[in-house]
Amino acid sequence: MFRFIARRLLETIPVLFIIVTATFFMVRFVPGGPFDSEKATTPEIRANLEAYYGLNLPLHQQYLNYLKAVVLHGDLGRSTKYASRTVNEIIADKLPASIQLGSLALLIALVLGLTAGVVAAVNRNTKLDYFTSTFAMVGICVPTFVLGPVLVLLFAIHLGWFSASGWYEWQDRILPSLTLGIVYAASIARLTRGGMLEVLHQDYIRTARAKGASEARIIFRHALRGGLLPVVSFLGPAIAGILTGSFVIETIFQIPGLGREFVNSAFNRDYTLVLGTVILYAVLIISLNLVVDVVQVWLNPKLKFE
Amino acid sequence: MSASPLTTSAAQTPEAPPETGRSPWRDAWHRLRRNHLAVFGGTVLLTLSVLCVIGPWFSPYGYEQTDLYNTFSPPSLKHWLGTDQLGRDLLTRLLFGGRISLMVGLVATLVALTIGVVYGAISGYLGGKTDRVLMRIVDILYALPFTIFVILLMVFFGRNLLLLFVAIGAVEWLTMARIVRGQIMSIKRMDYIEAARSLGLGTPRIIFRHMIPNILGPIIVYTTLTIPGVMLLEAFLSFLGLGVQPPMSSWGVLIKDGAERMEEYPWMLIFPGTIFSLTLFSLNFLGDGLRDALDVRAAKD
Repeated sequence: MFRFIARRLLETIPVLFIIVTATFFMVRFVPGGPFDSEKATTPEIRANLEAYYGLNLPLHQQYLNYLKAVVLHGDLGRSTKYASRTVNEIIADKLPASIQLGSLALLIALVLGLTAGVVAAVNRNTKLDYFTSTFAMVGICVPTFVLGPVLVLLFAIHLGWFSASGWYEWQDRILPSLTLGIVYAASIARLTRGGMLEVLHQDYIRTARAKGASEARIIFRHALRGGLLPVVSFLGPAIAGILTGSFVIETIFQIPGLGREFVNSAFNRDYTLVLGTVILYAVLIISLNLVVDVVQVWLNPKLKFE
Repeated sequence: MSASPLTTSAAQTPEAPPETGRSPWRDAWHRLRRNHLAVFGGTVLLTLSVLCVIGPWFSPYGYEQTDLYNTFSPPSLKHWLGTDQLGRDLLTRLLFGGRISLMVGLVATLVALTIGVVYGAISGYLGGKTDRVLMRIVDILYALPFTIFVILLMVFFGRNLLLLFVAIGAVEWLTMARIVRGQIMSIKRMDYIEAARSLGLGTPRIIFRHMIPNILGPIIVYTTLTIPGVMLLEAFLSFLGLGVQPPMSSWGVLIKDGAERMEEYPWMLIFPGTIFSLTLFSLNFLGDGLRDALDVRAAKD
């Protein structure tokens, strides 16, 4: 297993290199530049700005400089939109809010989703199944930009339990986490139900039942291990997405997170900020997919590390 | 009942060995027809699609036709579902939007399904070095910024709806590939695969004939999750100004507009929201029905 993990970590280096390279040149091919939105820049000011950010050098030189700074110093460069701030500072500033929101949402999603999925599968085609499956469907059908405002209207404006927006106290955390969590809970519930149904008919479950194992033991010890396989595959990229922030939720609830920063940076042509966020996201997704692969082997003894 | 996966498979029946009296596909078809929820889902989907395709021809209004004397009018005999901020007929816009949304759901999901299943199956079955390279490519594609990718496509190929659908599909297949790979890896050491291999069957035949039919369950479930996903992604892109251009509408765009005004003019959210949810519900009933109908092991019990 350690050889497997070590090799995967080694493979990460070329993968990251390709991602950085592709993104670097991709953003440069998008028309428009970082200073287009500035009002009335004279050619001299523009030239000075470009010189300051090193944008006047030949493209390959800029690329090499960027790689050198990132690899040697972990320095992601300066943001062109937020003058005087480095990308490292912006990420350090915005990421915590996204992670807090994401972890809470993830917790909600896992608890709600797994419970609903298992309950629905075990009670297949009963009223309980229809009820939980319908609930999950509502979560999938209702987009976040509808669910968010509906929850705000209900819990913040009419009932006054939580606050509608902002990011200061615990009351601010509830509604955004719930909105984000419910969406993922719904997908997890559907995948769990499907995965469990696949497994519940297999011979080894029948064997366990024949040996007189209790229903709880059959579900949690035997069935869940195999039934969770599709959920685990889904969770890798999903967690990376949850933790790096959601543009829609951060906009609705006015949360100073990284998701909004990322989408805006693409529109502002803030090259360094785009690259910085992409690198962060890439590292997250690669590590999570590695974790997923390890967990999959652990869940299914028939697989081997190869 | 537009159960296209079944009709295509029915075309394969002549290939089946002659001694089987009823092919598994026919059995599945019979089981599906007995499932009332699935039949209901299929009927609703078919009706909605037909309405969206031919409905606009019977509407007295155009989707872009404004009427500034009748803005925000609630549902009435003249405007069955009311009008929006420019006095445009909501029913007409809903039908036109349905064409876009149903099409994006269909095209993007088909693209995602095809690439994801083939890619994941090959990667999982071959394993070893091939699997490692293929999965690292997936990692790379996951990390590339989607927004920028779409802007680039628009720049190079112009604003083309079909292209947008393909772009969405080209992104959505990644998770499908990983799910299929996981499933294939978990069944590839089973005896019947061993048996197929020892009979000298070729790799493509083993994968597509013997393995994929056995993992249809998770594939169908994830497909029914992908369709709402791509429809909402289209709404998100339109929200950023990269998707459907006004005055054209799509369900995602209508729902987004409605959500912004739901307190004063609730019908603007309720009708698009209901149609959208109804579609997805029907799709899931049909999907669950298909899943159950194709589950050979469950059928034996």
